[in-house]
Amino acid sequence: MVLQIRAALVQALWEHSEREHPIEACGVIAGSSTDRVPSRHIPMENSAYSPTFYEFESKALLALYKELDDRDEAPVVIYHSHTSTEAYPSRTDIAYAGEPDAHYVLLSTREEIATRSEFRSFRIVNGTVTEEPVEILAD
Amino acid sequence: MSSNSNNAIEVRIPTILRPYTAGAKIVSADGATLRELIENLGKQFTGLDQRIMENGALLRFINIYVNDEDVRFIGGLDLALKAGDSVTILPAVAGGASNSGAI
Repeated sequence: MVLQIRAALVQALWEHSEREHPIEACGVIAGSSTDRVPSRHIPMENSAYSPTFYEFESKALLALYKELDDRDEAPVVIYHSHTSTEAYPSRTDIAYAGEPDAHYVLLSTREEIATRSEFRSFRIVNGTVTEEPVEILAD
Repeated sequence: MSSNSNNAIEVRIPTILRPYTAGAKIVSADGATLRELIENLGKQFTGLDQRIMENGALLRFINIYVNDEDVRFIGGLDLALKAGDSVTILPAVAGGASNSGAI
């Protein structure tokens, strides 16, 4: 498995994460449910407003899934930022991971590393985390 | 559908739980309350109820909507249901750096 993603989308996720820092940013990149190419960035509000926890607000979550369903799309990428730790799934991330087909992208905006240096993608299935390479495509 | 069906209710099943419903996205179930509906789902699809509630409580990482309202705010598992209601089950999208988490 590999996550292939356009550079403009990577930049959009960084911009969202940096804007929300030190609160965790979160959202999805939707794509056609048949080809599963990440195409449409949908930033979501973190209803927890926390530097260590995120959650899509429940009504916004329902609206999102209805919209994706109507457009024959899927949440191809589900992303969030870690604002003081590395870009690796925490126990909480693993416990909540409910989309076995999604690429779970984590970005770290912690201050002691180089800016925009940690953008990583994982599969999380039945509690097992598998990192996958990220291939950034020219726009 | 069980033989004593009296109020067929459409239930939308999320991707992660479709292995229990042979891939079906929408199933029909019945129950006078949400709790009974989930128990009925468990009778039709073995184990499905245990992925939704545990020890009689809705699991933290599952959201259920009845007619587009999050049931946590309108009565929870004791919410009364009627024919024609629509039920949607979705996994919460949540997580974060904290290892203590919210579970």
